Amino acid sequence: MGYTLNFAVVWADFHNLLWGLGLGLVLAVFAVAIGSGIGLIAAFASVGPSRAGRIIVRLYVSIMRNLPILVIVLVAYFGLPQIGIRLNKFESFVGSLALYSGAYLAEVFRAGLMGVPRGVVEAARAIGLTRLQTSLSVVVPIMLRNVLPALGSTFIGLFKDTSLAAAIAVPELTYQARKINVESFRVVETWTVTSALYVGTCLIIAAALRRLERRYPKF
Amino acid sequence: MDRFLAQLWMARDAIAGGVLISMEAALTAIVIGSLLGLVIGLLLVYGHVVLRVLCRIYVDIIRGTPVLVLILAAFYITPAVGLQMDAFQAGLLALSLFCGAHLGEIVRGAVQSVPHGQTEAGRSIGLTFPQILAYVVLPQALRQALPPWVNTGVELVKASTLLSVIGVGELLLKTQEIVGRNFMTLEFYAVAGVLYLLINLGIETLGRNLEARVRP
Repeated sequence: MGYTLNFAVVWADFHNLLWGLGLGLVLAVFAVAIGSGIGLIAAFASVGPSRAGRIIVRLYVSIMRNLPILVIVLVAYFGLPQIGIRLNKFESFVGSLALYSGAYLAEVFRAGLMGVPRGVVEAARAIGLTRLQTSLSVVVPIMLRNVLPALGSTFIGLFKDTSLAAAIAVPELTYQARKINVESFRVVETWTVTSALYVGTCLIIAAALRRLERRYPKF
Repeated sequence: MDRFLAQLWMARDAIAGGVLISMEAALTAIVIGSLLGLVIGLLLVYGHVVLRVLCRIYVDIIRGTPVLVLILAAFYITPAVGLQMDAFQAGLLALSLFCGAHLGEIVRGAVQSVPHGQTEAGRSIGLTFPQILAYVVLPQALRQALPPWVNTGVELVKASTLLSVIGVGELLLKTQEIVGRNFMTLEFYAVAGVLYLLINLGIETLGRNLEARVRP
């Protein structure tokens, strides 16, 4: 079958792809920031004394991890206005992604909290730090360093999930690629370049994380 | 509420059909993907260096690309290069490749986690390489790989929703069509959400039972 490669159309719109890539990264950063907040609270609740808190967290994690992210995104954007909550597509997408990642991060952070040595907490309490101070300035920093690899792979996963924003017309990389694709029908070129951009970005993030891990030795 | 139940009753066939197509897609992809993943995983450990590099490139490219991009690429590229495939088959191709890459990495990790002494012991009692694989390494490795394998099944059911984007009539697309007809957005997305939850919780329970059974 004669299909001759011609990348000219893709290069002509390459800046759109790069903007889309940047937007995807921004969405992922916002989502992981909010999601880390949710995950941190959920993790403390799930190792905490309150039984109700533990049950709520378990439900939240189990529901969010078993729902397809596209369903969450569509509900947030098309469903919520029905009960009077109107979010624009960026807000609703970042919100959905944050809720989704919060469930994964809750598990990640919970494992991290279990890994903080008991003696360190006792030492902090012994020198007179309050419970809150112990958590914020002793437990959380050690925990964060220990979960850095898992946090990194969650972030890479989230970055890939930003491709779903194309479903609600957020102009990120996949959306831009589809646009070039239907306008020019240079299908092979468009999707090879798009895939290369995603793979390249993931590899760069992974390499940056490895450097970070080396810089800060494990506790 | 009455109106919702009436609409739900009217949509029952569409929803059931959607569930069936979603399950068919996920099941076929996990079967093809598992076979592919097993081969890729073994090649990543034992393959000739050229094969090893090729498999590594395949795994890294697929794992670095979002599933949605894989699905769109498969949908548009297959006809352009002369492969006659409908949307469902193209989607299935993408999901299987995705599953194969993930499982390949899982199988590699599991095989490498079997202590080397096991292989040496097998060789010293005169087993051939295929025998060592079949009787010594794989039984231990696959037991290790079971929990992430079950997880991949759940991920595939979730990823099958992306087939709606290329017009495959699975559960999510059926739901969107129903919502387009009666505008009961939250209600019917909730129905779809509950169905996905039930399917995935079912897979998890099955997986846990399976794990309890194969535990040494």
